[in-house]
Amino acid sequence: MTNLVEISDLNFGYNDRLVLKGINLTVPKGSLVAIMGLSGCGKTTLLRLIGGQLRAREGSVRVAGQELNHISQRDLYALRRRLGMLFQFGALFTDLSVYDNVAFQMREHTTLPESVIRDLTLMKLNAVGLRGVQSLMPSELSGGMARRVALARATALDPELILYDEPFAGLDPISLGVIGQLIRRLNDVLGATSVLVTHDVQESLKIVDYVYFVSEGVIVAQGTPDEIRASTLPFVHQFVWGEVDGPLPFHYPAQAIQNDLGLREG
Amino acid sequence: MPLDATLRGIRQVGDRTLRIVERVGATVAFLGLTLAQSATSFRRFGLVIREIFYAGVQSLIIILVSGLFVGMVLGLQGHETLQNYGSEQSVGVLVALSLVRELGPVVSALLFASRAGSAITAEIGLMKATEQLSAMEMMAVSPISRVVAPRFWGGVFSMPVLAMLFSAMGIVGGFLVAVVVIGVDDGAFWSQMQAAVDFRHDIVNGIIKSVVFGIAVSAIATFEGYEAPPTAEGVSGATTRTVVSSSLAILALDLVMTAFMLKGWN
Ligand SMILES: Nc1ncnc2c1ncn2[C@@H]1O[C@H](COP(=O)(O)OP(=O)(O)OP(=O)(O)O)[C@@H](O)[C@H]1O
Ligand SMILES: [Mg+2]
Repeated sequence: MTNLVEISDLNFGYNDRLVLKGINLTVPKGSLVAIMGLSGCGKTTLLRLIGGQLRAREGSVRVAGQELNHISQRDLYALRRRLGMLFQFGALFTDLSVYDNVAFQMREHTTLPESVIRDLTLMKLNAVGLRGVQSLMPSELSGGMARRVALARATALDPELILYDEPFAGLDPISLGVIGQLIRRLNDVLGATSVLVTHDVQESLKIVDYVYFVSEGVIVAQGTPDEIRASTLPFVHQFVWGEVDGPLPFHYPAQAIQNDLGLREG
Repeated sequence: MPLDATLRGIRQVGDRTLRIVERVGATVAFLGLTLAQSATSFRRFGLVIREIFYAGVQSLIIILVSGLFVGMVLGLQGHETLQNYGSEQSVGVLVALSLVRELGPVVSALLFASRAGSAITAEIGLMKATEQLSAMEMMAVSPISRVVAPRFWGGVFSMPVLAMLFSAMGIVGGFLVAVVVIGVDDGAFWSQMQAAVDFRHDIVNGIIKSVVFGIAVSAIATFEGYEAPPTAEGVSGATTRTVVSSSLAILALDLVMTAFMLKGWN
């Protein structure tokens, strides 16, 4: 099997508004694929579909060869044991310490003795540079520290497929570089496959193998980092270089502001 | 048209009733789900002990203090009334029976609902709002078995103990007022109480009541938290609903159980 994730002709919407339209996307085993796009374009939604938290309205989502549309709760849980997910806002367990957060899955899913769990947990925390805060509670961490702990927790059981939702948000330039390298290394050393959702174009172009651009629920461009950098497509150029003028709208669709403010002449 | 208004009124009453019945049904279904996923709680009883500790400690002080005050008031009122019949010696009986049969289980359950029940709802609701429950599902751990069930059983086990402590403190309060302050003979106070309180019909029935209240309050509190809309208003609304519904449930169940117990279903 070559593709760990295969999405074809996927449609998905909340209530009656379609958020994702006709998405086709593949993630080959062992690769690190980025999904980029403007805020609100449906990136988190796409990750949730891959994680089986949402079900596709039409089309198919296959993960590790299993069709998620018709998967049973039991098979889904079995599949999720091979999956790690970093949530956009960390989602650390607020009633557990940093150490217990990272050790959580080891305690739930393995019968490892506490001494082994301790070594593994401290190694995971060390990798994100936070061995020193193991006894703090999540409420005592800064935003960036919390996401690094969440990263350590997401990779605690060395998952085959790791889904990262904005791993770089709120990190200082040094942590950002370190975390970027860590994500790449997890792929190469563990042989994991990763899907990375991010806004941080420059940092992610350094580490990823392939990029998908999503705009208004449609994949508008894809390619390797070199192809993306060299792209002459206007929206890709605009996004990569962060320009204000271009085809990508900053505004969520709305009526003209003159109408909202009641400025239209009568 | 008055007929229209009447019809609308009737329809509203019907709507309300349907919604209440629906909600009760959903709570019972959720209770069933919790019971079905309780194996983890008993295999790892430490999880439940921790919740007993939280729920119990949270409610302990308020229950001890309230018990003392209620007992003192019973002592005062009881003495005042019994004096008219020349049987103020029986004040111990009155205090003990009122507490063990009714006030102990009912008042401690009401206090428990507003102190620990609302805290359980708020905690689970907030865990949901901050995606902690989703994160747990993504780790292939069921939030019902890991978060809901231990809190449910923690409540069920603490309730009877708290009710007994309430009654014990109440009897101490009654003793302080009747014997120490007013000067009822303390031999008569205790011996009449011992003679009149029946183990099976008073004490065991009181315990049965408090176990039932514990199940009701814990089921309502966990259900409201788990079903709370994942927003700040959603959680605060759910917390209020826990206190209101639990209180009504306690009083209604008390009426039903008292009726059966006096009839002698046993
Ligand atoms: N639970 C929900 N109910 C209804 N609509 C939702 C829900 N979650 C997201 N949406 C809508 O779906 C669209 C995509 O949301 P999503 O969270 O996937 O965006 P995103 O690409 O992750 O954005 P960001 O980069 O800001 O995190 C948004 O327009 C949002 O309004
Ligand atoms: Mg997002």
